[in-house]
This record gives sequence, structure tokens and C-alpha cells, in this order.
Amino acid sequence: MTTLENITLNDDGYMTEPAQWTEELATALAEKEGITLTDTHWTIINFSREQAADSGAAPTLRQITKGAGVTTKDLFKLFPKGPAKKVAKISGLGKPEGCV
Amino acid sequence: MKTFLILGAGTGGTMVANKMIDILDMEEWRVVIVDRDETHYYQPGFLFIPFGTYSPADVVKPKRNFLPPQVDVIFSDIELIEPEQSRVTLGKAKKKINYDYLVIATGSHIHPEETPGLDDEAAWMKNVFPYYTLDGATKLGNFLKFWKGGRMVLNIAEMPIKCPVAPLEFLFLADWFFHERGIRDKVDITFTTPLSGAFTKPRASSILGGMLDDKNINLVPDYNIMEVDHGKQVIRSYDETEIGYDVLVTIPTNMGAEVIGNSGMGDELNFVPTNKHTLQTDKWENVWIIGDAGNLPASKAGSVAHFMLDILIENIHRDMEGLEPLPNFDGHANCYIESGFEKGVLIDFNYDVEPLPGKFPLPGFGPFSLLKESYANHWGKMMFRWMYWNILLKGGEMPFESQMSMAGKWK
Repeated sequence: MTTLENITLNDDGYMTEPAQWTEELATALAEKEGITLTDTHWTIINFSREQAADSGAAPTLRQITKGAGVTTKDLFKLFPKGPAKKVAKISGLGKPEGCV
Repeated sequence: MKTFLILGAGTGGTMVANKMIDILDMEEWRVVIVDRDETHYYQPGFLFIPFGTYSPADVVKPKRNFLPPQVDVIFSDIELIEPEQSRVTLGKAKKKINYDYLVIATGSHIHPEETPGLDDEAAWMKNVFPYYTLDGATKLGNFLKFWKGGRMVLNIAEMPIKCPVAPLEFLFLADWFFHERGIRDKVDITFTTPLSGAFTKPRASSILGGMLDDKNINLVPDYNIMEVDHGKQVIRSYDETEIGYDVLVTIPTNMGAEVIGNSGMGDELNFVPTNKHTLQTDKWENVWIIGDAGNLPASKAGSVAHFMLDILIENIHRDMEGLEPLPNFDGHANCYIESGFEKGVLIDFNYDVEPLPGKFPLPGFGPFSLLKESYANHWGKMMFRWMYWNILLKGGEMPFESQMSMAGKWK
């Protein structure tokens, strides 16, 4: 089984081999960020993974709120501090491209 | 007669118009450019207006001065783009234009109404100012001229924004300006940003962050503004962190033109999905992008539009001849960062290579220094306004290559 011990993260904390991602790993990555995953978290993670499979990039904050039907305020409660970055880390995606 | 239509006569659209008349057979083609505003704004100059270095007259000229006589110029708003029909409907000019090729150069604009409380009448342009518009920059200048000091907060609402170094330049120049006015000790300057540091790329972020520190400017990273409470004079983030201000300088949400949204062509910020290497839109073969209007993960800046220009023109030309476009745009950006006290920093980077130290444009010689403060960099920026009006807009040769070069950079 893939665990936190046998994956590598880059300097920013994103998985270097996204293919290694599993749901168990997401739970462990979330715990590392101090987050216990609920169904709402999973709706957002699943949406983000689908979106990334489609577009090739982790979704931005606006794409998440619009696409997963969650308010920005709630998104910040679910994934405190930078939610777009946290969602990407936990979902095994790269850094969101909003930052250029 | 075939029609080559350009929407937007800012930096990108104007350069494209000037280039296309050299390429197209004007017996066969008509080149049409549409813009709602007759005035061309030198947007990099807005930064200097709050500090009295430039006056509004220094940054405006009539758009017609920069458009060749062969081009059909229409001053009108654009009501709708129908890319499936290759047709554009103009509002004020009350006409429809059918095009063979379309270049969208409608840019990006600030939207303070996206942040609750930000543009409330009681405070907007009274002690809350944007400087990404000429009006905002001018009113902020009038305010700062007589300001006695207090808490100044500069906030970036969300990324991406036009010219991502402009907030840093504003802070550095504010520090210098208050020194000159002899009130720096009475001004507390705070920079609140949704980024995790001073800038987007790690090495530049660390060097520029160090400069903020040296100048005693507080940096609050990962700050995502939720609302402005002008009664209490605080900004509040989504995690309920309040920061008090006496004057709030804002960089509101940046979005593409409304007509992009109304025409169903954009993403959630009205930027058109575009191939980041060819500059062709993802959905429509005869629709192309220059400058800020696309969703490319490159900086939204005039220098980037300039580096796109030759690649865009070549790709459109290839497409006209039935050839595939080349994936040659590398996200090249080149930005002078004013750092105050007649010095500046220069950065040069692309999609893959972050800003590095070195010399530019001549390796080893310069005269400009990369990722380092120098007097030459400041004079480069000051000279650039002349180059912009006289060479760049008219599509003339500039001493910089479209694609970034590693020569002269130190890893």
C-alpha cells in the first residue's frame, strides 16, 4: 500500500508522482494538514481531481467554488488558510496555476 | 474582400494592427480594429502618478496616432462575439462585422464589486483607492500629497493580476515618497497578499521579500480578503483576520472583458481558454489571443504581449497558408521593478525558468542587472516610456528576443 513514508513531495509539498495517489493517502495527507476529511471535503477533492484530469491543471479557488457548489467562506473553513493549495496537495495535484 | 478583425486597441491590439498591414495583401484584406475608448493609456505609468513623478498628461495619447491609415478604426463598445458564426456585433456603432480571422486583445480590468464593501460610496476614492485606473491613481496622488501619515495597507484581492510586480513597486515607491516628504516615521506600511510570499517565484520572492523587510514594510502572506468594513476601517479575511487601515490601496479582482463572459467564451474570470504555446484559442481555429485576454499562465503585462507578437503573427500567417501553428511562446516576461531612490530591479523569466540573477540584455555586460538593484535599471524603466510610444506600439524592432535566453543568467 502507498503510505506517506513511500511517496516523495516537492519543496512546496506537492506529490511528485501523482499516479501514486490513493484515497487512503489523501486521508493521511489531510491529517498532515490538520484536517479530518468529511463527505463535503470528498466532494471537493473528487471535483478537483476530475477537473484536473480534464484540464491538466489543479483548479483555482473560483473554479472550486463554482464547480463544487461550495461558498468561499465554507471552503476556507474546510481547508483553512490557502484552500486551493491545500485541496491540490491533498488531491495529489500540482500547484494551482493562478499564481503567475 | 476578407476581414481581419482585432478587438481592443491597447498595447496588444495596436501592435497586431501595425504588423498585419505589412503581411496582408491590402487589395484582398481589410484590417478592422474596434475599441470603445479613443485614448491610449500608457498603463505602466499609472504607478508613478500617486507619487507625482508623472502627471496624467504623461500617460495618455490619442489611439489614432498609433494606428496606420490603412486600418479601419471603429470606436464602439462590443456587444457580442459569436465565434461559431465568425461574427461580432457592435453596440454604439450599431453594426455587425463578419470576420475571417479574429484577434482578441480586450485585456483585463479591475472589478472592485467582487469584494463586498470595497467600492462602497462612503469610502471609495476617499480613503480606498485603486491605482490600476488613471482616475484612481490621480485621486490617490491628490490624497497622498496632503496625507499626514498613519496606516497604509496595500491589498491584492486575488490572483491573477495585471503586472504582478506592480504592487511591490508601489510599496517601494511609497517608502521612498514618504522619506522624501519627511514623514516615513509616521507611516506604517503593510502588504497583504493571497500569495505565500512577496512574489510568485521562489528566488525572486525571497530577494524581493528581503527588500520589503529592509524598508520596514510589513508582509502578510496567505491573506485572502473577504470584505472591507469601512465603518471600522478594517479589511477582513476569510479566516476572520482583521487588519486596520487609514488608507487602503487596493488591487481588486482582475477579470477579462465583460463581452467575453456575455458571449460564453471565457472561464470564471472571463479569460479565454487559449493554447499557451501557440496563442490560438482552444475552441475556435480562426480566433487568436494577444496579451491579457487569454487564460495563459503567463504574467499579464505589456512586455509579455510584446514577446507574444512575433509568434502570434507567424502562427496566424502559417494558418493562412494551411500550416500548423508552432508552439513557440514560452511565457517570456521581462519586468523593471522600481525600488525607490532612483534604483530598480530587473527580472526576466518564462513558464519554466524563474527569475535568476545575471546581466541583461548583453550577457556579462548588461547594462541592466537581473534580480539586483541598480541605478541603470531605474533609468531603463524611465526610458521605456519613450520606447513604448515611439517603437513598441508601432511594431518596431526592440533589442529583446521573443523567447527567453539563458545567456547572461547565473543558476
